[in-house]
Amino acid sequence: MTSRADRVFAWSVGALALLVPLTLLGIALLLLVDAWPSVARYGLSFLVTTEWDPVKLVFGAGGYVFGTLVTTAIAILLAAPVAIGASVFLVEYAPRLVRGPLAFLIEVLAYIPSIVYGLWGFFVLVPFMRTTVEPALQGTLGGVPLLGALFSGPVVGLDLLTGGLVLAIMILPIILAIAREVVSAVPSAQREGMLALGATRWETVSRAVLPYARAGIVGAAVLGVARAFGETMAVTMVVGNSSTDISPSLFTPGYTLASAIANQFTEADSELYFSAIVEIALVLLLVAIVVNAAARVLIRRTGAAREGMIL
Amino acid sequence: MKTKSPLALLAVLATLLAACGGAAPAGNGAATACFPVTGSCPDEARSLDGAGATFPAVIYSKWIEEYGSATGVQVNYQSIGSGGGIKSITDKTVDFGASDGPMTDQQLADAKAPILHIPTVMGAVVPTYNLTGVTQTLKFTPDALAGIFLGEITKWNDPRIADANPGVTLPASDIAVVHRSDGSGTTYIWVDYLSKVSKTWETTVGRGTSVKWPVGVGGKGNEGVAGTVKQTPNSIGYVELIYAIQQKLPAGLVRNAKGAFVEPSLDSVSKAAEGVTIAEDLRASITNSDNPAAYPVSGFTWLLVYQDMPDPKKALGVTRFLWWAITDGQRFAKDLGYAPLPKDVVTKAEAKIRSVTSGGKPALPAG
Repeated sequence: MTSRADRVFAWSVGALALLVPLTLLGIALLLLVDAWPSVARYGLSFLVTTEWDPVKLVFGAGGYVFGTLVTTAIAILLAAPVAIGASVFLVEYAPRLVRGPLAFLIEVLAYIPSIVYGLWGFFVLVPFMRTTVEPALQGTLGGVPLLGALFSGPVVGLDLLTGGLVLAIMILPIILAIAREVVSAVPSAQREGMLALGATRWETVSRAVLPYARAGIVGAAVLGVARAFGETMAVTMVVGNSSTDISPSLFTPGYTLASAIANQFTEADSELYFSAIVEIALVLLLVAIVVNAAARVLIRRTGAAREGMIL
Repeated sequence: MKTKSPLALLAVLATLLAACGGAAPAGNGAATACFPVTGSCPDEARSLDGAGATFPAVIYSKWIEEYGSATGVQVNYQSIGSGGGIKSITDKTVDFGASDGPMTDQQLADAKAPILHIPTVMGAVVPTYNLTGVTQTLKFTPDALAGIFLGEITKWNDPRIADANPGVTLPASDIAVVHRSDGSGTTYIWVDYLSKVSKTWETTVGRGTSVKWPVGVGGKGNEGVAGTVKQTPNSIGYVELIYAIQQKLPAGLVRNAKGAFVEPSLDSVSKAAEGVTIAEDLRASITNSDNPAAYPVSGFTWLLVYQDMPDPKKALGVTRFLWWAITDGQRFAKDLGYAPLPKDVVTKAEAKIRSVTSGGKPALPAG
């Protein structure tokens, strides 16, 4: 009797657990079905051609891919150093009294709804970028060969740079939270060993703690990338929503994959237009799965190593 | 007085038709209760579902409230966008759809049965701008608007803008163009107008609820465009007339087809559909109207219904609601910032509603 009840229970919880991957599979299949007319028509060229014209029914998401890659790159380049630095400070240097409240404050950033970031970005950050930051960048770095191209053109404030900056603030707490976990997971034996050899605090951190935590920190950054890739509302409000030209300047208005869906989904009234929008969703889903899986593997490597040490 | 006239017309029509003695779907006295549309009708569906355009959503909810208390019929309207409205009526998931842009021939062919366009109210789109130091209201020629949005006119002091504005000192600065980033009926009216006044626009960009913009940044919704224009010096964008009025945004005058610079207002918008030839199926674009008093960037918004609805109760319910909307309902338009339909359009729309059938019989009783 007991063994049968056990089996029944095992089967039912098994079925419940199966629901999650089945839901994901269902979503992916539905997206694939709806995206099919576009997938069949454009194949992989969908991701690289930049002509997106709903009137003439020509759809290439290259401009959106470009905008997504650029804003994500800006976000991770700005957020990762801050997050990693802050995590080292919180774990290795901060007095216990400061550690808790400071960590809490930074992580609160993660709980702010993205529309709030969008409103703040639109009404505060964009004017500040237009009147202060971007003219300053143009004035100082604009004349430098090659680098200057990044800061050329008219300054409106609604552009790739502002989009990337809002994303950086949004992904900061995610990277920080995970990086902090990873750094504090570095076994004390590592630090004690270094200190016993007469190493300074800095030597301990740079030679023992960070190398040990490297895979996990990279994983944290990759999770940040995944978040930046899919973020929709806040970016849409500040990025400029225009993909007319792909230019090296960060001051050109851009367009991201997620913004394209948010902006155009409701009025996509022809079959091909609709399926092109759905194909963007499919691309975002696939990228999210791959990037998240990679991040988990990296973070787990640090965790697994720690268990090995304890044994 | 003006708002009463559709009622008077309706009464005349009703008497005439009563004299003719048309075929009522349910007979014995029910017809008199069902038409004219004054109170509840025992033979109609108690609830109706519709979905579509966001632009008329405010007046539709007012109508739903007023019509509900007059007849007890519950109308549900989801403002999901014109594209969604067309999709919903094509897939028959709603009793009526709604759109700010007329369905294309292709879309009509894709629907399994004939669909009618019933215009309900009118709206307009106005150019709004932010020019420091300029206090006068700017005047725009069609060439200037098309040139700016094509990216051919890039400076505010370009003679194509300046010539229409004698006495105004325009800065020599770059024009920052702002457009909608989301698909929208507002965009449709704007680009439909630009297509009519500029061959270049028509061939390179064309008409649609979203288009490939040659220049500019995109803002989401009227509020996104207005917000961007407000905070960006030397910018120009376009918003719905109601939105510009409510937010007290500067709205430019636009030169119409007869050469007059017309201020956008509810009256000049209604004029756009008055005394002009309108396509038989009422899928009419009235931008660049020939009426000399018309504001040229004006358009209809439509409800979309099947010409034949198999369920007689639904057919009666939908046609009664439509009839009420284009007659009694018009009196709510102006207060909510919509331009009411001119009389000749109401008459044409009434004839269209009369042509709705259920299983081959007229849906609306010939009361």
